[in-house]
Amino acid sequence: MANCKETIAELDRFLDGELSDDTRAHIHAHLDGCTDCLSAFDFQAELRAAIRRKCSNDEMPPGLLDKIKACFAPDLDESGGRPNPAEA
Amino acid sequence: MADQADFADEAMQYAPQLYSGALRMTRNQADAEDLVQDTYLRAYRSYHTFQEGTNLRAWLFRIMTNAYINRYRAKQRRPQETDLAEVEDLYLYRRLGSMEAAAASLSAEDEFLDLFTDDEVKEALEELPENFRLPVLLADVEGFAYKEIAEMLDIPIGTVMSRLHRGRKAMHKALYDYAEARGLTAASRD
Repeated sequence: MANCKETIAELDRFLDGELSDDTRAHIHAHLDGCTDCLSAFDFQAELRAAIRRKCSNDEMPPGLLDKIKACFAPDLDESGGRPNPAEA
Repeated sequence: MADQADFADEAMQYAPQLYSGALRMTRNQADAEDLVQDTYLRAYRSYHTFQEGTNLRAWLFRIMTNAYINRYRAKQRRPQETDLAEVEDLYLYRRLGSMEAAAASLSAEDEFLDLFTDDEVKEALEELPENFRLPVLLADVEGFAYKEIAEMLDIPIGTVMSRLHRGRKAMHKALYDYAEARGLTAASRD
């Protein structure tokens, strides 16, 4: 079973889902019996979730979807693709 | 190969995610809009190279990352390969006790983390030097695997890991600095 130092060293890869099944099982076994490490892992997981939530909620500017759709025109010339935003 | 019209329908659902990602990369709305359009234009034109059954979202982000690196980075005099100061592991977590004491009414960690405004978190990410910002964006916000990020940025997996490790710590320290500036830490209330 991993000790605290080894466990914390694997924290990133654990939360990233990048550990082998074996190592993951070792870390799990340690976390089951160590509230200090479990608490640190919980915090990092919450922090990551908060970062993801707060960094991916931007409103798209009005008109951007129409500009994107214009990129899909079959015979687009080089000056195309940047129409005025539709009056929606 | 499915037809381009189907592709357009499929790809459109990722526009909000791509736009958010583009904002974090370019750090301004006008460039982000251009980058997203550029991405869709390139994707539409090279749709025949997309392998059906593989991850369309990852493919679009790969195109966008490439477009960003080639086009927007070219505006800069030289590639931004800045280093970061060393920050200890679990920087924010180790300081949590004093911060929770300051925000005594909040018990749950997720409530505590909601003390940070969206703008503060975005800024903490956007302030990272680009060589750290892109891996952190692609892993922590977009959820891509090390291997996918290595391919998108054309760097070895070991480099992805070390930049993620250091970039994350620098970002967490920036968050702590915001908290301190706003008087949320015990230290700042003395």
